[in-house]
Amino acid sequence: MGRFIVIRLLQTVVALIGISLLIFVLARLSGDPTMLMRTPTTTEAEIVNIKQQLGLDKSQPEQYVIFVKNLFRGDLGESIIKRRPVTDMIGEALPNSLRLGITSFAVSMLLALLLGVLAATRRDTFLDNGVKFLAVLGQALPGFWVAILAIFVFSVYWHLLPTSGTGGPAHYVLPVGTLSFFLLPGMMRLVRSSMLDVLDSEYIKLARIKGLPERVVIWKHALRNALIAPLTTAGIIFANIITGAVILENVFNWPGVGRLSWEALVARDFPVVQGVTLLVAVLVLLVNLLVDILYAYIDPQIRYQQT
Amino acid sequence: MSAVNVMSGKGIEGSLRRAKIFQQLTLYIPAAVLALLVLAAIFAPFLAPYSPTKTALGQRLIPPFFIEGGSTAHLLGTDTLGRDILSRVIFGARVSLSVSLLVILITSTIGTVLGIIAGYLGGRTGTVLMRVTDVSLAFPAILIAILLAVVLGPSFKTVVLAISILGWAPYARLIRGEALRLREADFVAQARIIGSSPLRIMVRHIFPNIINPLIVIATLSVGLVILTEAALSYLGAGIPPTTPSWGAMVYDGRSLIDTAWWISLFPGMAIGLVVLSGNFLGDWLRDKLDPRLRQL
Repeated sequence: MGRFIVIRLLQTVVALIGISLLIFVLARLSGDPTMLMRTPTTTEAEIVNIKQQLGLDKSQPEQYVIFVKNLFRGDLGESIIKRRPVTDMIGEALPNSLRLGITSFAVSMLLALLLGVLAATRRDTFLDNGVKFLAVLGQALPGFWVAILAIFVFSVYWHLLPTSGTGGPAHYVLPVGTLSFFLLPGMMRLVRSSMLDVLDSEYIKLARIKGLPERVVIWKHALRNALIAPLTTAGIIFANIITGAVILENVFNWPGVGRLSWEALVARDFPVVQGVTLLVAVLVLLVNLLVDILYAYIDPQIRYQQT
Repeated sequence: MSAVNVMSGKGIEGSLRRAKIFQQLTLYIPAAVLALLVLAAIFAPFLAPYSPTKTALGQRLIPPFFIEGGSTAHLLGTDTLGRDILSRVIFGARVSLSVSLLVILITSTIGTVLGIIAGYLGGRTGTVLMRVTDVSLAFPAILIAILLAVVLGPSFKTVVLAISILGWAPYARLIRGEALRLREADFVAQARIIGSSPLRIMVRHIFPNIINPLIVIATLSVGLVILTEAALSYLGAGIPPTTPSWGAMVYDGRSLIDTAWWISLFPGMAIGLVVLSGNFLGDWLRDKLDPRLRQL
């Protein structure tokens, strides 16, 4: 187990170096940053001065080393438009995104468990078909469009909920509802198919023969084992939450990291987009590392296969 | 068959027939929708009643024909600049179709090559390739796309590049599994024994046997590519504004949803319908060509 963790940690570090290099190269591709700061009265001497300040007069490898050093100090550079440290801007936006993401994850996970198990135990019934239909829609309809329609129906037409922004619990209903609607299909299908596999196994038959109530067999014995397979896809679910958040924070004017990166996109504010991408890259790698370790802990076969 | 009839009466036969009709509907309707998409994309200038970019300020915000105030001159109404929504939806098919065809061509090629190499050659190369695949699978493509749009500026090329950069990963993962399985097959072992080079085995023996799963996953990914493209256009990181694209049209109408809802509604419906059709067709192909993939 220790050896497995060390190998995975090393792989994660290598992946981080790879991603930081990629982003560094992209940053240089975006052109000379001093071009954006130039005004009609800027002299060549001033440009040289700025280049020196930003370290742009050094060689590319030296610049990369400085870039990485700054990263370790939590310095992601400064927004070209707002003239503020990117770290501060992300720090303000991140809690909002976390609130949205975690609530949506919890809601969709609970629903996925409930509906997935019910669909698996009541195969080919009205409920099973209904769940399938919901999954098909959730995988095909564009998120931003459903969100706009939801605003139209619930906020404009029925005046039930606020259209956008943050505030009380009512502000959560539409963003969390739509984000969950898109996280649900994938999770639900996984729970359903994994549950079907488990229900077929010998120990479930044994539990039934022992005379355990069906409720205990399904919600305790079967579900516990059916949850192992979906765990491997936690990384992909995480990516889906981020994708959904970037799009929906925008529709609902939710002041999170997704909204921040969109504003930066419109203003072509590269340091901010770079900072958000790096942060997400680190989070993605950490989530995957955690999932791998957890999975190896649950299933010893993985440990031996991959070391 | 007659034994079944005797034992269970006509109930089963009826539900079997219903299931068969349903199965055929989930094939023909999606196929028709996709055929319509291709036709609309190719013949857009002939099918569209108006130019998709011509503005007519006297004709602003006309509702669709079935609403009071609408007319059959503009079946789906007009937007804030008086542009005909139906014409724009028809021309929007071009963006969705061309982006998804190009992206699928690129990603399936890269994914297949890397997948076969990782699966057949294996070893250290295979392990490294699979780790890269895993990270790519878990990275949100939309952020890469935003990053690229900021660096290169939004354009057709940027969109295709941005979706392709990570899009090869699902292909690589699936094809690797297939190649791993085929590596142990008798005909591959025989090819090795008569001295075929690894390259020859991969091209002549492994590749022809992975074409079916490749077709299935390519079809299933049409929907995802179209959805991603639409999301990018919605965010303004997609095709620049003068070209009509469905995602950008939904964006145009978002602030007018309470009065002129048709601006956002119809392009969004077009996206949903096409993606739904692609997914259904992919499911059907999977059952036909490679039922083993069902679990995916």
